[in-house]
Amino acid sequence: MRVDFGAAVEPWRAEIRTWLAEHLVGEFARHLGVGGPTDAEAWELRLAWDRELAAGGWLGLTWPTEYGGRGLGLLEEVVFEYEYARARAPYRATTNGLDLLGPMLLAMGSSAQKQRFVPPILEVRELWGQGFSEPGAGSDLAAVSTRARLDGDEWVVDGQKVWTSFGTEADWLYVLARTDPESRRHRGLSMLLLPTGQPGVEVRPIRNLAGAGEFAEVFLAGARTGADLVVGGPGEGWRVAMGALSIERGATLLPQQLGFEREAEELVQLARERGALDDPMLRRRIVDAWISVRVMRTTNLRTVAELVAGRRPGAQAATSKLYASTHHQRLGHLAMEIAGPAAQVVAEDYGLDRRQRGFLLSLAETIYGGSSEIQRNLIGEQVLGLPRDPRPESPS
Amino acid sequence: MDFTVSAEQDELRQVVRAFLGRHSAEPQVRALMATDLGYDPAVWRRMGGELGLQGLAVPEKYGGSGFGPVELGVVFEEAGRALLCAPLLSSAGLAASVLLACDDEDVRADVLPRIARGWSVATVAVTGDGSWAPVGAAAPVAEARAGAWTVTGELTCVLDGLAADVVLLVARTPDGPGLFLVSPGAAGLGRVALPTMDQTRKQARLTLAGTPARLLAAGDAARQILGRALTAGAAYLAAEQAGAAAAATESAVGYAKLRVQYGRPIGSFQGVKHKCADMLVRVEAARSAAAAALWALAGGDDEEAAVAASVAQVVCSDALVRVACDSIQVHGGIGFTWEHPAHLYLKRAKSSELLLGTPSQHRELLAARLAPLTPAT
Repeated sequence: MRVDFGAAVEPWRAEIRTWLAEHLVGEFARHLGVGGPTDAEAWELRLAWDRELAAGGWLGLTWPTEYGGRGLGLLEEVVFEYEYARARAPYRATTNGLDLLGPMLLAMGSSAQKQRFVPPILEVRELWGQGFSEPGAGSDLAAVSTRARLDGDEWVVDGQKVWTSFGTEADWLYVLARTDPESRRHRGLSMLLLPTGQPGVEVRPIRNLAGAGEFAEVFLAGARTGADLVVGGPGEGWRVAMGALSIERGATLLPQQLGFEREAEELVQLARERGALDDPMLRRRIVDAWISVRVMRTTNLRTVAELVAGRRPGAQAATSKLYASTHHQRLGHLAMEIAGPAAQVVAEDYGLDRRQRGFLLSLAETIYGGSSEIQRNLIGEQVLGLPRDPRPESPS
Repeated sequence: MDFTVSAEQDELRQVVRAFLGRHSAEPQVRALMATDLGYDPAVWRRMGGELGLQGLAVPEKYGGSGFGPVELGVVFEEAGRALLCAPLLSSAGLAASVLLACDDEDVRADVLPRIARGWSVATVAVTGDGSWAPVGAAAPVAEARAGAWTVTGELTCVLDGLAADVVLLVARTPDGPGLFLVSPGAAGLGRVALPTMDQTRKQARLTLAGTPARLLAAGDAARQILGRALTAGAAYLAAEQAGAAAAATESAVGYAKLRVQYGRPIGSFQGVKHKCADMLVRVEAARSAAAAALWALAGGDDEEAAVAASVAQVVCSDALVRVACDSIQVHGGIGFTWEHPAHLYLKRAKSSELLLGTPSQHRELLAARLAPLTPAT
């Protein structure tokens, strides 16, 4: 289905198509559709592609021009993402800075922080990693115990972070730390910007279930950063983190879900080749998988339309992640089944093909960015207005 | 396609919701359920006359307001919320779509304005046995003698078949399916109310014995008209289902906030809260699928509209049935009583699921279309 955003954006669409056709060539063209939110495949090539995009001015389309962005509207960005997905360009390696830290700084950072940190994101000169989760603070993020104290004009940070995506590649981390030692839970937290290239920071890769060292644990022992490198001011860390997570749960789903459409098409193609559509049991599941990505697309379009019109997104936006992650996992299981016994054979050194990788990595989608259980709590409490669970200590 | 929600659509929704709040509250629904006709003619005329609801997708030259499927879809969604007892799907959804698709100008000019203004109740009897596949072996037989057609046979599960003063039906002719118009007083036409599990949507059995009928189209032309009308009907029904699913969910959520057990509102328990969250996920999927079907209908590409309508029937039927069951579960014992309205949604869910093709039939239609599917552009 062609998604029509009106005649006014057609020149823009044509400009995108032309540029992608001219630049998505050579090695890039040999890596169509590579990578994902938790997939480090072809990392160096994807970084090179991101720099190609940067040189073409395609990063930070909606960001203010004074920080190197293009200052365009959401509609232009959405059209770009659709064309980007259609061309099967590599999944951007720098999503942490582009989708999370950048928007967080633009919304809540100081002018000096924006000037210092935003342009290097858009030029793909500095890569970022997220320092939120800890061994004792996963879904219960307010339980963070990493501490930071002021020593002269620097913060000194001690603690441990975990599940930092692409952490070994990060030049900087944005770290949620307790800056008020007397505080508990949501109060007294701050969002610190911390360079990794120092003795007090040790990043160790963690091997995920696909066998790849995509995420990392981070040990902070007397790590230092400037007293001014706190986003939104000291004690505002919870508000800033929640803002960042809502960004993560929102607009960044679009590129990923557009990728699911391609996967569904590939699934149907595979089903045709294997005769799976002749099997009534499989046929139903194939149709349902194909239906689910159409539903995702429409749900996203509803949200996009509301945002473009300057409205607050409706309840569907809150259901999008839960729906998409659940159905994407089903699609992965189904693709494996249709491919048959050969689908489980891996290459040397646990080398996985695209289908195997997609299936295994989809298991992360119901965990990261707010697990499905947290999503159901959020929908129940924040959208439907159901009473909160009684908690041992009330946050307010 | 334009998928933005306009201020006009918002306003329309508010007007319809307020109107149905006054005229389709639970006592009125229960009163109409108990009647054979199953609708309030005065309310029906006001819907058409004052509000122009039935004519939203009818061009101005036929007495409508010339908006389109998306606007009419708003009315269906609100009608679903309120479990409106009225011949909306039969008249404004199916019959108007048949007439808009056929080229018998006399009939269009005669009937469409009456539908649009709420003066008439029209229905479409597609198959003999009420199933989705048009023109099965059970369809009535049409005969021509000296240029005049008569139809003989039986039609069951005809929506609003008792209330209708315009009956469009499909019968077998030597040239394939024929689409016919039968007037209510025609000779040999018998109509009897069909008691159904869902009492909010009336159906009837029609018998025809040499009944005079006017041929509107035959063969491929009739197939095309029926295809379009069933696609439109499926899309409007999906919108109605999405609205009903939203209302059933709101009812369950409201109860979960009030009902206290173990010293807490039951909605504070994750076992209940997460069920309610999953209900909303299904409601929003249904809204998306219905919206896509209406947009596609407005877009005018028959193939895409048929695909989107089948997707919507699968998603919305599954969603409403599941959500209606979950609502009864959240309500507990009280939800299992006749007195509580939860069962009305379950029964509407079931009739809707079976009415214009079951989810399994629509999955099969989609599976058949997946073979030549080309990648999205």
